Amino acid sequence: MDNNILVGLAGVLAAAAPVVFAAIGETFTERAGIINLSVNGTILLSAMAGFATSLVTNNLILGFLVGAIIGALVALLVAFSSITLKQSQVAVGFVLTLMTRDLAYFLGNSFMGQAGPRIPPLNIPLLQDIPILGTLFFKQDIIVYTSFILIVVSQWWIFSTRQGLLLQGIGERPAAAFVRGANVNKLRYLYTMLGGALVGLAGPMFSLSVKAGWKGTISGLDGIGWIALAITIFGGWNPVRVALGAYLFALLQWLGLVLQPSLPNIPSQVLQVAPFPLMILTLLLVNIGNAEWVERWLAGMPAPLRRVVAKVLRAMRTSPPASLGVPFENE
Amino acid sequence: MKVELQQIDKHFGSVHANDHITMTIPAGTIQGILGENGAGKSTLMKILSGFIQADSGVIKLDGKKVVIHTPDQAIHHGIGMLHQDPLDFPPMRVVDNLVVGSPGGLVPNKKEAIAALKKLQERFGFQIDPDAYVETLTVGERQQLEILRLLWLGARVLILDEPTTGISASQRLKLFDTLRKLAADGMTVIFVSHKLEEVEVLCHRIAVFQRGRMVGEAKPPYVTTKLVEMMFGKAITLDERAPCATCDPVLKVEHLEVEDTRLHICDINLEVCRGEVIGLAGMEGSGQRMFLRTLAGLTRPVGGKVIVHDKTLTGKTYASFRKAGVTYVPASRLEEGLISGLSLTEHFILAREQKGFIINRDAAVKETEENIDQFFIRGKPETHVEALSGGNQQRALLALQRQDVDVLLIEHPTRGLDIESSIWIWSKLKARCQLGATIVFISSDLEELLHYSDRILVFFGGKVSEPLDAGTTTVDQLGQLIGGLGMKS
Ligand SMILES: Nc1ncnc2c1ncn2[C@@H]1O[C@H](COP(=O)(O)OP(=O)(O)OP(=O)(O)O)[C@@H](O)[C@H]1O
Ligand SMILES: [Mg+2]
Repeated sequence: MDNNILVGLAGVLAAAAPVVFAAIGETFTERAGIINLSVNGTILLSAMAGFATSLVTNNLILGFLVGAIIGALVALLVAFSSITLKQSQVAVGFVLTLMTRDLAYFLGNSFMGQAGPRIPPLNIPLLQDIPILGTLFFKQDIIVYTSFILIVVSQWWIFSTRQGLLLQGIGERPAAAFVRGANVNKLRYLYTMLGGALVGLAGPMFSLSVKAGWKGTISGLDGIGWIALAITIFGGWNPVRVALGAYLFALLQWLGLVLQPSLPNIPSQVLQVAPFPLMILTLLLVNIGNAEWVERWLAGMPAPLRRVVAKVLRAMRTSPPASLGVPFENE
Repeated sequence: MKVELQQIDKHFGSVHANDHITMTIPAGTIQGILGENGAGKSTLMKILSGFIQADSGVIKLDGKKVVIHTPDQAIHHGIGMLHQDPLDFPPMRVVDNLVVGSPGGLVPNKKEAIAALKKLQERFGFQIDPDAYVETLTVGERQQLEILRLLWLGARVLILDEPTTGISASQRLKLFDTLRKLAADGMTVIFVSHKLEEVEVLCHRIAVFQRGRMVGEAKPPYVTTKLVEMMFGKAITLDERAPCATCDPVLKVEHLEVEDTRLHICDINLEVCRGEVIGLAGMEGSGQRMFLRTLAGLTRPVGGKVIVHDKTLTGKTYASFRKAGVTYVPASRLEEGLISGLSLTEHFILAREQKGFIINRDAAVKETEENIDQFFIRGKPETHVEALSGGNQQRALLALQRQDVDVLLIEHPTRGLDIESSIWIWSKLKARCQLGATIVFISSDLEELLHYSDRILVFFGGKVSEPLDAGTTTVDQLGQLIGGLGMKS
């Protein structure tokens, strides 16, 4: 394979790492039955704060720590208002996402455009020499390696551990989890904050590595959080599929950049923005099988074609945890 | 295990759901609990199993006082409860359902769980595939799974709240066998039901509840009329069946073909007369629900025709069917029929299409009050529907239906209702038939099917029987057809 393409694809894996974190974080939260809509603002605020912290203290780890704490605290607000105060998760999440975004731009003013620390690449000895795979997977930085580990661990946690099964349970049917001994609301708090912390890590991953620095409104981070939310749905609340969604999005973004010189007639903005509507379109494909009119339309088709289309739609179809967004009370 | 309940008291707001109930159940007993809708049976069972807490009262197990705050603690003490609808996780596999909430390390040992499941299944003659998804099981199998899970966790007191609604006749016999075996092994079984004949054949003793109080106990031999009198304070009799005379077809189905992911049924033909009642029988998931939804326009058939009043409505939406006089009453009252969080008055406002833009609250409250009186709903206009007991939800649902319907499609019209309410609901339905309405209903209660239908269609394994004359069919014949015996291929 052409080395340029290979390096480009390696870049796609790297660029997707923060989105992987954010979308898997949201996956944990939503699996527990809570929707945290604050993702977009949280990423911006933690990106700014993580960058500022590292800049001031010259300590990268502290930057990530601050990012995670911000994410967890915002998530705590969502959890408190929806679980304890029984407020609308959508309204609270929406307000928080706007607030944290404005806060990021406002507080980040003094750090704008400054050159700060960034994560160094870390080539893995021996493995990096494997043809193709070496360039793709083993000449990355620690963030990318961590994102690979996160995918595997979260998949294992949700589907293979006792705790993970319980997590599925509290999002699916909290009453059934409750009779099995789960402290539903405590677990919901816990997973919302864990998910929030993962989302919060995505911020410094951008500002300390993928898009190093803080450039205020032109950082190009605004909107990523909404895409992460869409990817969570695209991925059917399944970490591996969610990660694939993140890679698809990063790939589309990269293609936009690569194709730009050969498509001079199309304004560059179109190619930059195209991945966003494209992701929404894929979402449509995933969920269209759930629509009643599709079922009706299918029923009118000739039998062989109907079977095939139905099968394809079923394979792509995802369904959310049944109690997503529904508060739990045991009386 | 011997269970003693002493002076259990529970209020829900102004409702006195349990009024100082005291009862003792010796080990090895199957205790039946009877009572009208809203009598407080489920409340007491939920208190015993830790799902809710009593305001006051004492629970003793084998003479020792215990405090039960959660279902988890209840199962630690050996008390397991099977809820009215199985509390499990439909999209998960059977083994995963089994291990959720079981004690043990981080990664559950599924092999061990499967082995334990196999052993228990052999003991009771159940056949559930450990790798199947729970949503593909029948209600009866899900119930079996719950029983096995509770036994696996060490339950020695088993509470069953209306376990026989929604399961087939053969599954019911198997369930009863299982319960008898368990009792013979010294377990205590508490069996809540509205079906007198079941309680009578199964239970060693019966307690009767009325309006939150225990009003009497009985031991075999039982006298049915006495039990009914204890439950309702008066005698109740079934009214006679009155077949309709001439046929004036209202609803016609020609070569209908319906299909979903699991099932394909071809060539259903049926002509329903004005004033006729058609019962749809079959094990849960045999296609009767899909058929009924097709008659309502909620599902589009893949072939054939649905004709209402000489108008072909195939492929049209529910709105067109409604316009033609068809109404559909779903089984899942709280999911599809009623709206949680809205009061009775608000339901009537929605259902009755008031004139004008602004809601006339006073008129709505007045209408609601009238309906509450007319349908004997135990609740107030401002009561939220989810706080009504199951029987009262069903009454409310019926009260909400339009009066001017020609075709009434009903899923499980009396599921979970006490005998008085069932008879009462059917008297209302029959009165509508007298006025010319046609009813097609699904039921898993054979007696109900035979008593109230004029003709019955049996669904089994993707096939539909010819319409049977309900007057000349016996319970045994119908049970065999539902089980697939004698169904022509
Ligand atoms: N969570 C609740 N909130 C308010 N009222 C309740 C609640 N649960 C039950 N009630 C009321 O308590 C009374 C007893 O209800 P319960 O469910 O115990 O009756 P039941 O005997 O099981 O009736 P059914 O045969 O209809 O199931 C009813 O009047 C019901 O409306
Ligand atoms: Mg009940």
